[in-house]
Amino acid sequence: MKNFIYIVFGILFGIILTKSEVISWFRIQSMFQFQEAHMYLVIGAGVVVGAISMQIIKRSKIKSLSGEELEYKGKQYHKGFIIGGIIFGFGWAITGACPGPIFAQIGAGEYPALATMAGATVGAFLYHSTKSKLPH
Amino acid sequence: MEWVFETWNWYIAGPLIGLFVPVLLIVTNKMLGISSSFEHLCMMLLPREKHSIFNFNWKDSGWKIYFVIGIMIGAYIATKFLSSTDVPFLPHHYYSWSGMVTLFVGGILVGFGTRYANGCTSGHSIFGLSILSSASLKATVSFFIGGLIYTAFSYFL
Repeated sequence: MKNFIYIVFGILFGIILTKSEVISWFRIQSMFQFQEAHMYLVIGAGVVVGAISMQIIKRSKIKSLSGEELEYKGKQYHKGFIIGGIIFGFGWAITGACPGPIFAQIGAGEYPALATMAGATVGAFLYHSTKSKLPH
Repeated sequence: MEWVFETWNWYIAGPLIGLFVPVLLIVTNKMLGISSSFEHLCMMLLPREKHSIFNFNWKDSGWKIYFVIGIMIGAYIATKFLSSTDVPFLPHHYYSWSGMVTLFVGGILVGFGTRYANGCTSGHSIFGLSILSSASLKATVSFFIGGLIYTAFSYFL
Protein backbone atom coordinates (compact mmCIF):
# COMPACT_ATOMS: atom_id res chain seq x y z
CA MET A 1 0.00 0.00 0.00
CA LYS A 2 3.00 2.30 0.06
CA ASN A 3 2.17 3.22 -3.51
CA PHE A 4 -1.16 4.66 -2.37
CA ILE A 5 0.58 7.95 -1.52
CA TYR A 6 1.63 8.32 -5.19
CA ILE A 7 -1.96 7.89 -6.31
CA VAL A 8 -3.01 10.59 -3.83
CA PHE A 9 -0.30 12.96 -5.10
CA GLY A 10 -1.38 12.14 -8.66
CA ILE A 11 -5.01 12.97 -7.86
CA LEU A 12 -4.02 16.38 -6.48
CA PHE A 13 -1.72 17.03 -9.46
CA GLY A 14 -4.47 15.98 -11.88
CA ILE A 15 -6.99 18.30 -10.25
CA ILE A 16 -4.59 21.26 -10.47
CA LEU A 17 -3.62 20.56 -14.10
CA THR A 18 -7.26 20.21 -15.10
CA LYS A 19 -8.67 23.17 -13.17
CA SER A 20 -5.94 25.48 -14.47
CA GLU A 21 -6.64 24.17 -18.00
CA VAL A 22 -2.96 23.63 -18.81
CA ILE A 23 -4.20 20.32 -20.28
CA SER A 24 -6.17 22.22 -22.91
CA TRP A 25 -5.16 22.08 -26.58
CA PHE A 26 -6.66 25.58 -26.91
CA ARG A 27 -4.43 26.95 -24.14
CA ILE A 28 -1.35 25.38 -25.72
CA GLN A 29 -2.24 26.97 -29.07
CA SER A 30 -2.70 30.37 -27.41
CA MET A 31 0.67 29.94 -25.68
CA PHE A 32 2.57 29.16 -28.88
CA GLN A 33 0.79 32.01 -30.69
CA PHE A 34 1.54 34.42 -27.82
CA GLN A 35 -2.17 35.21 -27.52
CA GLU A 36 -2.36 34.81 -23.77
CA ALA A 37 0.08 34.64 -20.90
CA HIS A 38 -1.77 32.02 -18.83
CA MET A 39 0.53 29.06 -19.61
CA TYR A 40 3.71 31.08 -19.21
CA LEU A 41 2.50 32.49 -15.88
CA VAL A 42 1.47 29.06 -14.52
CA ILE A 43 4.84 27.51 -15.44
CA GLY A 44 6.75 30.63 -14.34
CA ALA A 45 5.01 30.85 -10.97
CA GLY A 46 5.55 27.12 -10.50
CA VAL A 47 9.28 27.45 -11.13
CA VAL A 48 9.62 30.48 -8.81
CA VAL A 49 7.85 28.68 -5.95
CA GLY A 50 9.76 25.45 -6.68
CA ALA A 51 13.12 27.23 -6.80
CA ILE A 52 12.55 29.20 -3.59
CA SER A 53 11.42 26.00 -1.84
CA MET A 54 14.53 24.15 -3.01
CA GLN A 55 16.81 26.94 -1.79
CA ILE A 56 15.16 26.74 1.64
CA ILE A 57 15.51 22.95 1.63
CA LYS A 58 19.18 23.18 0.66
CA ARG A 59 20.06 25.77 3.30
CA SER A 60 18.12 24.20 6.16
CA LYS A 61 19.31 20.64 5.36
CA ILE A 62 15.79 19.25 5.70
CA LYS A 63 15.50 15.44 5.69
CA SER A 64 12.71 13.35 4.23
CA LEU A 65 9.75 12.35 6.39
CA SER A 66 11.33 8.94 6.93
CA GLY A 67 14.58 10.58 8.03
CA GLU A 68 16.67 9.95 4.89
CA GLU A 69 18.91 12.45 3.17
CA LEU A 70 16.98 14.03 0.29
CA GLU A 71 18.15 12.58 -3.02
CA TYR A 72 17.97 14.93 -5.97
CA LYS A 73 20.31 15.93 -8.73
CA GLY A 74 20.24 17.57 -12.13
CA LYS A 75 20.31 15.38 -15.22
CA GLN A 76 23.47 14.79 -17.23
CA TYR A 77 23.28 16.90 -20.41
CA HIS A 78 23.58 15.32 -23.86
CA LYS A 79 22.58 16.39 -27.41
CA GLY A 80 19.20 14.69 -27.06
CA PHE A 81 18.11 17.40 -24.63
CA ILE A 82 17.97 19.79 -27.58
CA ILE A 83 17.08 17.45 -30.48
CA GLY A 84 14.59 15.41 -28.45
CA GLY A 85 13.34 18.60 -26.81
CA ILE A 86 12.46 20.14 -30.18
CA ILE A 87 10.80 16.89 -31.34
CA PHE A 88 8.73 16.89 -28.15
CA GLY A 89 7.83 20.56 -28.80
CA PHE A 90 6.32 19.56 -32.18
CA GLY A 91 4.29 16.85 -30.46
CA TRP A 92 3.20 19.21 -27.69
CA ALA A 93 1.86 21.70 -30.25
CA ILE A 94 0.07 18.97 -32.25
CA THR A 95 -1.56 17.09 -29.39
CA GLY A 96 -2.01 19.99 -26.97
CA ALA A 97 -0.58 17.80 -24.25
CA CYS A 98 2.72 17.11 -22.58
CA PRO A 99 2.97 13.77 -20.74
CA GLY A 100 1.05 14.63 -17.53
CA PRO A 101 -1.83 16.29 -19.41
CA ILE A 102 -2.18 13.26 -21.73
CA PHE A 103 -3.36 11.26 -18.72
CA ALA A 104 -5.41 14.20 -17.45
CA GLN A 105 -7.20 14.59 -20.80
CA ILE A 106 -8.15 10.90 -20.68
CA GLY A 107 -9.45 11.28 -17.12
CA ALA A 108 -11.37 14.39 -18.14
CA GLY A 109 -13.22 12.31 -20.75
CA GLU A 110 -11.39 13.50 -23.87
CA TYR A 111 -11.05 9.98 -25.22
CA PRO A 112 -9.11 10.80 -28.43
CA ALA A 113 -6.22 11.38 -25.99
CA LEU A 114 -6.02 7.59 -25.72
CA ALA A 115 -4.50 7.79 -29.22
CA THR A 116 -1.95 10.31 -27.90
CA MET A 117 -1.08 7.95 -25.03
CA ALA A 118 -0.72 5.00 -27.40
CA GLY A 119 1.51 7.10 -29.65
CA ALA A 120 3.67 8.25 -26.75
CA THR A 121 4.14 4.66 -25.61
CA VAL A 122 5.20 3.66 -29.14
CA GLY A 123 7.45 6.75 -29.24
CA ALA A 124 9.23 5.72 -26.03
CA PHE A 125 9.74 2.25 -27.53
CA LEU A 126 11.10 3.74 -30.79
CA TYR A 127 13.59 5.84 -28.84
CA HIS A 128 14.92 2.88 -26.89
CA SER A 129 15.06 0.74 -30.04
CA THR A 130 17.13 3.32 -31.92
CA LYS A 131 19.08 5.11 -29.17
CA SER A 132 22.41 3.42 -29.98
CA LYS A 133 22.30 5.10 -33.41
CA LEU A 134 21.23 8.54 -32.19
CA PRO A 135 23.64 11.33 -31.25
CA HIS A 136 23.97 11.79 -27.50
CA MET B 1 -15.17 29.35 -2.58
CA GLU B 2 -16.89 29.84 -5.93
CA TRP B 3 -13.55 30.27 -7.70
CA VAL B 4 -12.93 26.54 -7.19
CA PHE B 5 -15.56 25.76 -9.83
CA GLU B 6 -14.18 28.27 -12.34
CA THR B 7 -10.85 28.21 -14.21
CA TRP B 8 -8.07 28.42 -11.64
CA ASN B 9 -5.92 31.52 -11.99
CA TRP B 10 -2.21 31.23 -12.66
CA TYR B 11 -1.37 32.65 -9.23
CA ILE B 12 -3.27 29.79 -7.61
CA ALA B 13 -2.33 26.92 -9.93
CA GLY B 14 1.30 27.90 -10.61
CA PRO B 15 2.43 28.00 -6.96
CA LEU B 16 0.50 24.78 -6.21
CA ILE B 17 2.34 23.02 -9.06
CA GLY B 18 5.64 24.44 -7.80
CA LEU B 19 4.95 23.11 -4.30
CA PHE B 20 4.94 19.57 -5.70
CA VAL B 21 8.71 19.82 -6.03
CA PRO B 22 9.52 20.18 -2.28
CA VAL B 23 6.48 18.30 -0.94
CA LEU B 24 7.02 15.21 -3.11
CA LEU B 25 10.71 15.26 -2.24
CA ILE B 26 10.19 15.59 1.52
CA VAL B 27 7.30 13.13 1.79
CA THR B 28 8.52 10.45 -0.63
CA ASN B 29 12.11 11.42 -1.54
CA LYS B 30 11.20 11.37 -5.25
CA MET B 31 11.95 13.86 -8.01
CA LEU B 32 8.88 15.08 -9.90
CA GLY B 33 8.70 13.63 -13.42
CA ILE B 34 6.19 11.86 -15.63
CA SER B 35 7.51 10.87 -19.06
CA SER B 36 9.29 7.68 -17.96
CA SER B 37 5.83 6.29 -17.19
CA PHE B 38 5.65 5.62 -20.95
CA GLU B 39 8.59 3.26 -20.59
CA HIS B 40 6.71 1.52 -17.80
CA LEU B 41 3.69 1.18 -20.11
CA CYS B 42 5.98 -0.31 -22.80
CA MET B 43 7.29 -2.87 -20.33
CA MET B 44 3.76 -3.85 -19.37
CA LEU B 45 3.04 -4.59 -23.03
CA LEU B 46 6.30 -6.33 -23.94
CA PRO B 47 7.67 -9.72 -22.84
CA ARG B 48 10.15 -9.66 -19.97
CA GLU B 49 13.23 -10.41 -22.08
CA LYS B 50 12.73 -7.13 -23.95
CA HIS B 51 12.69 -5.03 -20.77
CA SER B 52 16.45 -4.53 -20.61
CA ILE B 53 16.44 -2.08 -23.56
CA PHE B 54 14.63 0.46 -21.39
CA ASN B 55 17.32 0.56 -18.74
CA PHE B 56 14.46 1.38 -16.38
CA ASN B 57 15.40 2.86 -13.03
CA TRP B 58 12.79 1.37 -10.70
CA LYS B 59 13.87 3.42 -7.69
CA ASP B 60 13.62 6.77 -9.53
CA SER B 61 10.68 6.02 -11.81
CA GLY B 62 8.75 2.93 -10.66
CA TRP B 63 6.29 5.10 -8.70
CA LYS B 64 5.24 7.18 -11.71
CA ILE B 65 2.73 4.65 -12.99
CA TYR B 66 0.74 5.17 -9.74
CA PHE B 67 1.16 8.92 -10.09
CA VAL B 68 -0.35 8.95 -13.61
CA ILE B 69 -3.25 6.73 -12.50
CA GLY B 70 -3.86 9.40 -9.86
CA ILE B 71 -3.69 12.15 -12.48
CA MET B 72 -6.46 10.41 -14.46
CA ILE B 73 -8.62 10.12 -11.34
CA GLY B 74 -7.88 13.73 -10.37
CA ALA B 75 -8.86 14.99 -13.83
CA TYR B 76 -12.09 12.98 -13.59
CA ILE B 77 -12.88 14.51 -10.18
CA ALA B 78 -12.05 18.00 -11.46
CA THR B 79 -14.39 17.75 -14.45
CA LYS B 80 -17.24 15.85 -12.73
CA PHE B 81 -17.38 17.52 -9.33
CA LEU B 82 -15.30 20.70 -9.39
CA SER B 83 -16.52 22.41 -12.57
CA SER B 84 -19.55 24.63 -13.02
CA THR B 85 -19.30 24.52 -16.83
CA ASP B 86 -18.15 21.95 -19.37
CA VAL B 87 -14.67 22.97 -20.49
CA PRO B 88 -13.45 21.36 -23.73
CA PHE B 89 -9.78 20.34 -23.74
CA LEU B 90 -9.56 18.98 -27.29
CA PRO B 91 -11.11 20.51 -30.42
CA HIS B 92 -13.92 18.70 -32.26
CA HIS B 93 -11.79 17.78 -35.25
CA TYR B 94 -9.83 15.31 -33.11
CA TYR B 95 -13.04 13.30 -32.63
CA SER B 96 -12.55 11.46 -35.94
CA TRP B 97 -10.35 8.70 -37.30
CA SER B 98 -8.09 11.20 -39.06
CA GLY B 99 -7.98 13.29 -35.89
CA MET B 100 -6.92 10.32 -33.82
CA VAL B 101 -4.24 9.40 -36.36
CA THR B 102 -2.91 12.96 -35.96
CA LEU B 103 -2.93 12.58 -32.17
CA PHE B 104 -1.22 9.20 -32.45
CA VAL B 105 1.56 10.66 -34.61
CA GLY B 106 1.86 13.68 -32.30
CA GLY B 107 1.97 11.26 -29.38
CA ILE B 108 4.89 9.41 -30.98
CA LEU B 109 6.77 12.73 -31.12
CA VAL B 110 5.91 13.39 -27.45
CA GLY B 111 7.05 9.93 -26.34
CA PHE B 112 10.17 9.81 -28.51
CA GLY B 113 11.14 13.42 -27.82
CA THR B 114 10.69 13.34 -24.05
CA ARG B 115 12.63 10.11 -23.67
CA TYR B 116 15.40 11.37 -25.96
CA ALA B 117 15.49 14.60 -23.95
CA ASN B 118 15.35 12.55 -20.73
CA GLY B 119 12.39 14.48 -19.36
CA CYS B 120 9.30 16.53 -20.05
CA THR B 121 7.63 19.70 -18.83
CA SER B 122 7.36 18.39 -15.29
CA GLY B 123 10.80 16.78 -15.00
CA HIS B 124 12.75 19.53 -16.80
CA SER B 125 10.62 22.68 -16.81
CA ILE B 126 9.26 22.40 -13.27
CA PHE B 127 11.64 20.16 -11.32
CA GLY B 128 14.85 20.78 -13.29
CA LEU B 129 14.46 24.55 -13.38
CA SER B 130 13.57 24.55 -9.67
CA ILE B 131 16.96 23.03 -8.86
CA LEU B 132 18.56 25.51 -11.30
CA SER B 133 19.80 22.78 -13.67
CA SER B 134 21.36 24.28 -16.84
CA ALA B 135 20.69 21.02 -18.74
CA SER B 136 16.98 21.32 -17.91
CA LEU B 137 17.03 24.95 -19.05
CA LYS B 138 18.41 23.85 -22.44
CA ALA B 139 15.71 21.19 -22.66
CA THR B 140 12.95 23.65 -21.71
CA VAL B 141 14.07 26.22 -24.28
CA SER B 142 14.11 23.41 -26.88
CA PHE B 143 10.54 22.37 -25.99
CA PHE B 144 9.38 25.91 -26.71
CA ILE B 145 11.47 26.28 -29.87
CA GLY B 146 9.89 23.06 -31.19
CA GLY B 147 6.36 24.19 -30.30
CA LEU B 148 6.86 27.65 -31.79
CA ILE B 149 8.38 26.30 -35.04
CA TYR B 150 5.49 23.86 -35.49
CA THR B 151 2.88 26.50 -34.69
CA ALA B 152 4.47 29.03 -37.06
CA PHE B 153 4.61 26.46 -39.87
CA SER B 154 1.04 25.30 -39.39
CA TYR B 155 -0.07 28.94 -39.40
CA PHE B 156 1.54 29.72 -42.75
CA LEU B 157 0.65 26.45 -44.48
